[in-house]
This record gives sequence, structure tokens and C-alpha cells, in this order.
Amino acid sequence: MKSFTYQRVNSTDDALAQAQRVPGAKFIAGGTNLLDLMKLEIETPAHLVDLNGLGLKAIEATPEGGLRIGALVSNTQLAADMRVRRDYGVLSRALLAGASGQLRNKASTAGNLLQRTRCPYFYDTNQACNKRQPGSGCAAIGGVSKQLAVVGTSDACIATHPSDMAVAMRVLDASVETLRPDGTRRVIPIAELHRLPGATPQVETALASGELITAVTLPGPVGGTHIYHKVRDRASYAFAVVSVAAIVQRDGSGRVALGGVAPRPWRMEGADALMPRGAKAVADALFADARPTVHNAFKLPLAERTLAATFAQART
Amino acid sequence: MQSSNHLPITRRGLLAAGAASASATMVARTAQAQAQDAARSPDTAAGGPPLTTVTLQVNGKTQRLALDTRTTLLDALREHLHLTGTKKGCDHGQCGACTVIVDGQRINSCLTLAVMHEGGAVTTIEGLGTPERLHPLQAAFVKHDGFQCGYCTPGQICSAAGVLDEIAKGVPSHVSEDLNAKPMFSAAELRERMSGNICRCGAYSNIVDAITEVAGGTGAKA
Repeated sequence: MKSFTYQRVNSTDDALAQAQRVPGAKFIAGGTNLLDLMKLEIETPAHLVDLNGLGLKAIEATPEGGLRIGALVSNTQLAADMRVRRDYGVLSRALLAGASGQLRNKASTAGNLLQRTRCPYFYDTNQACNKRQPGSGCAAIGGVSKQLAVVGTSDACIATHPSDMAVAMRVLDASVETLRPDGTRRVIPIAELHRLPGATPQVETALASGELITAVTLPGPVGGTHIYHKVRDRASYAFAVVSVAAIVQRDGSGRVALGGVAPRPWRMEGADALMPRGAKAVADALFADARPTVHNAFKLPLAERTLAATFAQART
Repeated sequence: MQSSNHLPITRRGLLAAGAASASATMVARTAQAQAQDAARSPDTAAGGPPLTTVTLQVNGKTQRLALDTRTTLLDALREHLHLTGTKKGCDHGQCGACTVIVDGQRINSCLTLAVMHEGGAVTTIEGLGTPERLHPLQAAFVKHDGFQCGYCTPGQICSAAGVLDEIAKGVPSHVSEDLNAKPMFSAAELRERMSGNICRCGAYSNIVDAITEVAGGTGAKA
């Protein structure tokens, strides 16, 4: 690990100032992904700004009838919250399907959204990776790509976003509250937080350098049956091959987003509208522009069948 | 960091390690490590990597350390406090051998920096029980032969303590059928909740029996 200086902060003003003051500064919250990447020297911050003194650990009701989740709320705390379990079951289920108990106790809500891909070519510093070293190429394309993305990819990158929680946040139309480096507040719809790779896969989110996520807000409950169906290589503690986050109403209408198939949670409102027509119609719409590899083309029929299983479960 | 400040801390660590294990070889190794620490200290003071001080409550004792900021909680426990019960397996949060309890929650000590836990209360396997007075989980692992090589065992036991606490607090799991009901202990719940602890010897069925006995349920083999 490269050496770095370290500062605890007790106010968001101080956090923003610290991040501006030192070139190469990074925020750290739970640290479960960042420290892993620092050990491999994939992340090499010169300065760490420890956010854990900021509070931001409350889950509060909003005047609009939703919930405002502090950026530092742990994955365990969020999954166990009675309001989340009752009104946003898909979020609780997605969180509980991810990582291990130890990791969920430490991982934060904002950090979960900002975690980096688990593409093995991103992790292996001997391999070309445009995300890790822009312009170096993509060893995943033409490599072993079973786990990688089938849609939303580019000629520069076929990595997936690894989060389960983010897929549920997308289906719930969450918003991300931030503070810009100058201290002004902005709200980013979750649909606009994660960027597609295009020619610049190293630019993963809409956040500016030094911008700080302070909360994630959920709109009021929409009812329906909440399901998170995750397909993975072992029964627990593995990333999704394919996952489905769904909210299904009694009449068969609803919303659906996929995980494990794209560089961001994969949802299309046009596909939601096809839910009453069944899994094939929805999958065809979601994958209209899919460009799978020979290794991961199986994800298309697998996603369709996972959608079918999810819709069948919703009817029971 | 002057060596005069560093030595007494290391000596306390030495005493704690000596109390936890009656092994003479352990004491000898620890003394050697202590001498190396003392020898290294002047180098670190002169233009070495950045140091930050942190005070931890480890197994009920106050420990004040001046650490290279890169030091994980795991390395602080093992290399600086000589509490070697906590094991380094993968060092990437994938195996669970480094599991300890911090401020009441089980975490991977390899994926957190020691300096991030100012004032934090850390319980390691040495603090759960002693050879004379085992924690019920330690006794149950012995009784049910919940290990073979034993390397993952401290992490398994600290994790199990966390699991029982999480169930008691009503934290649901991936296999809990009703999200709105209070989760109940079962072998399926246990296997899911313990999935962050890998046992390469494959002692899982005995681990389930040991934890089940402490939870007050019936063993999987019963």
C-alpha cells in the first residue's frame, strides 16, 4: 500500500476543505472496498479524509412520505430498519443478498453506491484496463468474460457495477444528495449517478472531484410485492451473475431493474410498461442493444428466466 | 515517535499475550518483536511514513499506539499488540479469519484502518474468554470438534458471537422468509449468516452444531 496522510473530520465543511486542500485526497467511510483496492495499489490516495465523525447515520422520514438515509448508515442498519423492511422490501432484500455479515456491518450506503467493479482485469494490475489506466486497452474484451456485462458496454470497457443495493435503489427511484466542493447542495437522481463507460470508463459517476454524498432519499412507498432475485455461483457471499429487483402490483404492472448485466443498474421505463406481457417482452426490451461476448451470452436467457421466476413468485 | 514512549505499550501487549497463552515460545517471539519495534522506531521518526496516534480499548485495556497510517486494525492487533489469536487469512475481506468485534459489531479487521477506530472498543478471541474460563462458544467449539487445523477458528467464534447478537437484535438475513417477522435461529439462518467465514478444512457441520448448542437450539445432527 502506498503511504498517505490521514485526517478525521467532524463537519462536512471540513471534509470538503480537506478534500480540496490535498491533491489526490479521497474520502473514506466503511473502507471495505477502498482499502482492498489500496492494498493492490489500484487506488493510491495521497490523503484520506475519514468521514466517520460526521454523523450522517440517521434514517429519517421526509415531509414527502419517504425516507432520507444518511450516507454513513451501514448496510446492516439499513437492511434491518423496520420502515425499510415494511415499505421498501426490495431494498432490504438486495442488501441482505450482498456481501457478508461482517462487510455489511462496516459498508456505508454512499460507499456501496460508489464501489468499484469486480472485473478481474481491473483487479489484475498486469492486465490492460481502461478503467484503471486510461488508454491501456481492455483485456476483458476477448478475455474470460463470463461474469461481465452484456449491455451498456463499449469498445473500451465491459465491466459490471457490482452492487445489489444500487439495483434496488434504481427500482425505487432514489435520489442522491450531495455537497459540491463549494458547499452548495445538489440532488442527483439515481438514474443519473452512474455513467456508461463510452470512451472514458474511468469516469464512473456524475460526481465532481471532491463532491460528497450526504444522503440517499427514497420517495414515498409505492406498495406492491417487492422481490430481489439474485442468481450467483454459490448460495451466499458471491456477486450476482444476474439479479432482478422488482416491484409488482396486483394487476401485473410494476417496475424492474437488473443487476450483474451492465455498468450500472439496468432499468428502462419502456420495459417496465411491458411487464403485464411477461418476462420475454421485458427482457427483449432491456436487451435490445445487448452486445454479449461468447462467454456471457448465456446471461440473456438467464435474465429472461430470472424475470419469469420473479413474476411467478409475485403472483403467488 | 520516541522509543521511550513506545516501549511501555509494547510491554503491556507482551503481558496480555503472555496471559492469554502460557506458551514460552510465544513469549520469546514477542520479546524479539518488541526489540525490533524499538530498533525501528528512530527510523520511522526521521522522514518515514506518516504516523498517527490512536487509542483503542482492546479487550478492556486502553492501548495508545502511534501507527503508520496504513496499519490495518488486524496488523495493529497482531504486530503491535501481539494479540495473535486474530488471524490473517486472505487480507482482502473474503475469508473472515480476521473477524473481531468492534463497538459491538463483528467486522473484518483486515479491511479497516486502526486509526479509524479512535476510542473504539475491540474484542478479540483473547478477550471473549480465557483458557481457564472459556466463552460458551469456545467451549462448544472444543466439545463439538468445530475445527481441524484451527486457523479460521478465532474468526469463526467472533463471527458466531456477532451472529447470535444480530439474531437477538432482530436483524433479518437473506434466508429469513418474512422480513417483517423477528428472525428465529435455525441451521439455515446460521449457514447464511456465517457465509463470510470460510473453513478450508470443511468443519462446517460441527461448527453449526457448536453454535446451535450455544443458541439453545437442537444440533443439526440431533
